Amino acid sequence: MSEIMTIADLVPNDTAVISGFAAAGSHLRRFREMGLMSGTEFRVIRYAPLGDPIEITVRGSLLSIRGEEAKLINVVKQASKD
Amino acid sequence: MEPSIEPQRQRVFALVGNPNCGKTTIFNALTGLRQKVGNYPGVTVERKEGTAIDQHGGLVKIIDLPGAYSLDPQSPDEEILRDVLTGRRKDTPMPDAVICVLDASNIERHLYLGSQILELGLPTIFVLNMTDVAEARNIRLDAEKLSAKLGVPVVEMQANARIGLPQLRIAMSRPLGALASPPAFFASGESLHHASEPAEEWQERLIAARFEAIQELIHDSVDRKDPYAPTGTDNIDRVLLHPFLGPVCLVAILALLFYSIFTWAGIPMDFIDGVFGSLAESVKGMMPPGDLRDLLTDGIIAGLGGVIIFLPQILILFFFIGLMEDTGYLSRVAFIMDRVMAKVGLNGRAFIPILSSYACAVPAIMGPRTIENPKVRLITILVAPFASCSARLPVYIMLVGILLPGVAGIKKAGFLLGLYLLGTIAIFVFAWTFNRIMRKGERTPMIMELPGYKLPSFKAVLMQMWSRSWIFVRRAGTIILGLSILLWAAQSYPKSNSDDPAVQQAESFAGKIGKAIEPVISPLGYDWRIGIGVLASFAAREVFVSAMQVTFSVGEADGEEEAFQLTRDRLASAKRDNGAPLFTPLVCLSLLVFYVFALQCASTVAITKRETNSWKWALFQFGYMTALAYIGALMVFQVGKLMGYV
Repeated sequence: MSEIMTIADLVPNDTAVISGFAAAGSHLRRFREMGLMSGTEFRVIRYAPLGDPIEITVRGSLLSIRGEEAKLINVVKQASKD
Repeated sequence: MEPSIEPQRQRVFALVGNPNCGKTTIFNALTGLRQKVGNYPGVTVERKEGTAIDQHGGLVKIIDLPGAYSLDPQSPDEEILRDVLTGRRKDTPMPDAVICVLDASNIERHLYLGSQILELGLPTIFVLNMTDVAEARNIRLDAEKLSAKLGVPVVEMQANARIGLPQLRIAMSRPLGALASPPAFFASGESLHHASEPAEEWQERLIAARFEAIQELIHDSVDRKDPYAPTGTDNIDRVLLHPFLGPVCLVAILALLFYSIFTWAGIPMDFIDGVFGSLAESVKGMMPPGDLRDLLTDGIIAGLGGVIIFLPQILILFFFIGLMEDTGYLSRVAFIMDRVMAKVGLNGRAFIPILSSYACAVPAIMGPRTIENPKVRLITILVAPFASCSARLPVYIMLVGILLPGVAGIKKAGFLLGLYLLGTIAIFVFAWTFNRIMRKGERTPMIMELPGYKLPSFKAVLMQMWSRSWIFVRRAGTIILGLSILLWAAQSYPKSNSDDPAVQQAESFAGKIGKAIEPVISPLGYDWRIGIGVLASFAAREVFVSAMQVTFSVGEADGEEEAFQLTRDRLASAKRDNGAPLFTPLVCLSLLVFYVFALQCASTVAITKRETNSWKWALFQFGYMTALAYIGALMVFQVGKLMGYV
């Protein structure tokens, strides 16, 4: 499957590595400063009870990001370890 | 030998760190109660300064700077941090050194700000806080090794248990030269910059380079076999953020909050009411009748009482909000509610402030400081007072009592609920509208940290509760006191020859003003006597009830229940000059709509002015809400009349 996946395509407990950002520029600078860089591995924890935002864990911290922005972050899903 | 002379000037340390790094606990531990809380002039960022004592007994000034993720500012808070550290603010001394607090359990991300601090080149002490939490997560940091690599002191701490405090004091006592970092450990921006490349790409590489250096720095000190092993926080979140249990817990916690506001606050409120009542009585007993006595009892004592009466609610709200913030639950509430608030352009962090506005708008307006985006913060402040606060309730109850005489309590309650709903709709409609106008579809990405849960520090929560409430007493107190003296004077002068308070009021300035504005308010169905009550309510809404009691000569009654029934009956039988009943159902409805929308609260105006730092927004808020109230009441009355109601 060659279609590009984004964070928004993942489900809870999926582990993935960031492969790039769809939006250039300073728009998502805060995401990088919070440690979401190309090559960073993270795991999706859960969706909020109303379906948005998404909670992920990265570099030991828990972050909430909205689906709107999750769609702009391309990922490669990692094979499940268990 | 030249004696080495320490500078005579008091040393200034800046305390910096990410949000939730435990900075405030360290600030409190270092300074005790020797702290000053205020605002940075020109912005609404909290300014905290304190005096600490170093290991040699020397006095040291500590500036507690707002929590930030980065020195590239994205919020007013972060701008202050950068400006103070770079000496750009004239009102704050440039710090001699920085104490940078890092959450040891979250070291990788917190070192990002740490790396930027080192790049500044100021003498620095790193504090590895919450080492106990880190250890529980199998993160063992070697402070000595880190210190050797970075070239600055690194102090391990568990600030909540005061562990590591002497070590921090010792580090603070060292000569500043010992805190200076050697040539940057972290990659310097210049070396990464290629002249031809766009600044954005360079910035991206700079951020990446910092994170690479951080990983290099800590790779041998972090021992995480499974980075995703569940922590205590994960276990709590499994319940509190559960798709079904999460919202249930949220509703239960909020129900407890409102239950405590409306029951517990009632006890001190009755007490305050009683104290100010008996104070007025004893002044009456001690002084001969006259203007001075009336000024004291009806102007000053009543005015002060009107401010202090809301203090219990405000204290309880600030306490609960502080508790939620300190434990980490406030971010979870924002996570659960974000989707709803995003629909009108706000974000989850606006939820609790707006909700607390149903008790009192003052904490609601001081609350949204946690919202990073200044425009979202402003919109939250502008719409929050539409929530029907507890000062509206006595007015609602009285008017609904006249409107629906002899109707079952449950139906009255349903009607009341409708009024609350009307205010709620206004919140969402205007948030959406302002978002359209002010932000023009501009999108700010919302990325929010969910901090690990921790036991609250009651001392910190209480100190914050007190300092915020004091701002209310000081700001709102002076304005309301002034207004209530003005109101008293308007109703007392010029003197009439009659002893009847109703006649006095009719002949006073207030009565004349009421008559003068009658052409403006008669399309809403009000006569000049109601006009006096509506005008008086602009100090505080609940004044309407007492103003009506004077206007319609409601005599003394035994107990609250009787006084309420007496007032209701008197108003219900009040007549216009032509003999027609005054408080018809349509007039009551028109008044109710007016009170739902109008910003009749001097405290709110004063606090909005303070929080937005401009009269412009305070007056705009007052203007648009009151205009909406006028138009709403006008439509109700005129359309009702056309439909044949009276």
